[in-house]
Amino acid sequence: MTTSEYDSVRPPEPPGRGRLDGKRDGKHRRRARTDGGDGSREMQMVPDTEFTSYYGRPVVKPAPWGPGIAGYLFLGGLAGGSAVLAAGAQLTGRAVLRRNCRLAALGAVSLGAGALVQDLGRPERFLNMLRVIKVTSPMSLGSWILSAFSAGAGVAAVAEVDRVTGERLPLGPLRGVLRAVEGPAGLEAAAFGPLLAVYTAVLLGDTSTPTWNHAHNELPFVFVSSASLAAAGLAMVTTPVAETAPARKLAVIGVIGDLVATQVMHRRMDPVAAEPLHEGRSGALLRLSEGLAVAGGIGTLLGGRRRGVAAAAGVALMAASALTRFGIFEAGIRSAKDPRYTIEPQKRRLPARRAAGVTDDSITTAG
Amino acid sequence: MPQLAGPTDPAADARWPDVKPRKGFFTDTSICIGCKACEVACKEWNHNPRDGDLELLKSSYDNTGALGASTWRHVAFIEQGRERIEQARETGRTLVDLGMPGVGAPPSTDPVPAGSAPAGSASAETALLDTPEFRWLISSDVCKHCTHAGCLDVCPTGALFRTEFGTVVVQADVCNGCGTCVAGCPFGVVERRTDGTAAPKAKRGERKGEQPDVPDVGVAHKCTLCYDRLIDDETPACAKTCPTTSIKFGDHADMVATARERVAELHAQGRTEARLYGANELDGVGGTGSVFLLLDEPEVYGLPPDPRVPTADLPRMYKRAGLAAAGMVAAALLSFIGGR
Repeated sequence: MTTSEYDSVRPPEPPGRGRLDGKRDGKHRRRARTDGGDGSREMQMVPDTEFTSYYGRPVVKPAPWGPGIAGYLFLGGLAGGSAVLAAGAQLTGRAVLRRNCRLAALGAVSLGAGALVQDLGRPERFLNMLRVIKVTSPMSLGSWILSAFSAGAGVAAVAEVDRVTGERLPLGPLRGVLRAVEGPAGLEAAAFGPLLAVYTAVLLGDTSTPTWNHAHNELPFVFVSSASLAAAGLAMVTTPVAETAPARKLAVIGVIGDLVATQVMHRRMDPVAAEPLHEGRSGALLRLSEGLAVAGGIGTLLGGRRRGVAAAAGVALMAASALTRFGIFEAGIRSAKDPRYTIEPQKRRLPARRAAGVTDDSITTAG
Repeated sequence: MPQLAGPTDPAADARWPDVKPRKGFFTDTSICIGCKACEVACKEWNHNPRDGDLELLKSSYDNTGALGASTWRHVAFIEQGRERIEQARETGRTLVDLGMPGVGAPPSTDPVPAGSAPAGSASAETALLDTPEFRWLISSDVCKHCTHAGCLDVCPTGALFRTEFGTVVVQADVCNGCGTCVAGCPFGVVERRTDGTAAPKAKRGERKGEQPDVPDVGVAHKCTLCYDRLIDDETPACAKTCPTTSIKFGDHADMVATARERVAELHAQGRTEARLYGANELDGVGGTGSVFLLLDEPEVYGLPPDPRVPTADLPRMYKRAGLAAAGMVAAALLSFIGGR
């Protein structure tokens, strides 16, 4: 290194620069934080990788989404699941369960759609979402699913409101029409319900955000399970136990599905990309979610026929679902902000492919 | 459905009736001097507002940090010592030895300097070559205009579109700022523009000087490869202004050919650290429209080492989602049948 009389006025060397010293064995080189040096935390379950980045700056950009989107992930699932329960109640003659689930579906989907619009950079242009139908865009298909679902859920819920208020809605001759179409509308909403619950998993998986992308195989199963237990939980809160036997069963199935899918997801994911699901705030949210899901499931099994226990279990289940969504949402945002989660898995999979005999698909070539 | 992965002509794949030859950049970082004229020319032509406070970021001479909504060319500066230089040469040589596509005997018409060896067998000669104690890597980064663009695939409004030149452009008057493209890009290029007022102005020098209002706030922005100039048969502003021809512009096929010639030339000089980025149409994004010649591993420059367009896996994701939705219906049926 040359020296000059001006060296004394140079700013101090930024941390985490020029430290790669050619030793390729053993030691991890991490440049995780923008301002936190090269980090010296121990890594867990992670194979040896040498990791370089451009001054610790992120490679990919996190989605500019606020908590409203995480809230929508939960509310969309809740709405979809509620519509499915409402349709079941409609077909098996459980009037109270049907009413409550229909109202829950409309309420949740309305709140969720509001959160979506509010999160847009240009909320006044929300109708542009329905400008095209684009199969390569989960957001586009999701917007159409949301619209179709809302139409059915809206009609079915308005019919319930009309009944509850003793036919006081100013419907006039339309009341007959409403009565005629509410059944089909409820079934239509139920047909789109599972799609509404699951498309958000594809939306997250189909991004370059490392934790979401690496989870794309299992995320749909986590999301439908989470949606099922949330909707069942809400039904157990709102509806007397005499009519909630199906909801209790769905809750238990949902909890089992949620636990299994989450475990499989953790096992199959790249260990580095999965790290935000275990560590930090997002990891804490997901652990709490798992605890609440187990508690809610056990409560449902043991005390689901007692009104108070059922309601408490229902609240726990809904909280579990919300925490799952917030945890996965935050884990993804965190993984995008740290270049390590982008670079390390990519850095590993390239030689792995080469070792497997695929040598022609690298973006970096010698010529 | 358009083709989701693999080699293709993107404009033809987007069903343009009159496909023009695909346009692209070749950014040769080995002759970039870090003057940032490309950044300035880009800002001026595209009326992009200032972002940041024009202070150096304590990362060498970088004062823009990364590509973003208002920075469509970003000049990266990396300072390296001897060991890093040798390492870069070594990783480059490994790449040559792997026999990556397009390698093999470069049809070397260039006069090989006396005392240096052809590519691939430079080991013995390395000692003879000048290995400086210090080097600056300087690279002008830009949108890659991928063959399979993650941003374009996931855009729900059609605001992002493929041009007849095979490039990818955002229509600011259509975009509603949903932000999906930001997460979709494997290179972290596209960004939603903010007016900067939400961020705390803690840093010294922020808002110095009078600035005009920030246009098109709340929608996504990125390099258009100067679409308006292309239509008039003009060279994009950055390439036009580049004083060293580090940024070259032309038909994509010519750019790739030029890049291959240049890397072979550098290899012939024993500079095995030289490598191409984005010139392989079999890579995870089907090849990029903007090809780079780099002198170290891509992540050193802040580029992903093995990007893959997420939409390539979309059919599989839809299948998994369909299965999961069917599972939810089955669970509901199970719950209602045979009630207690």
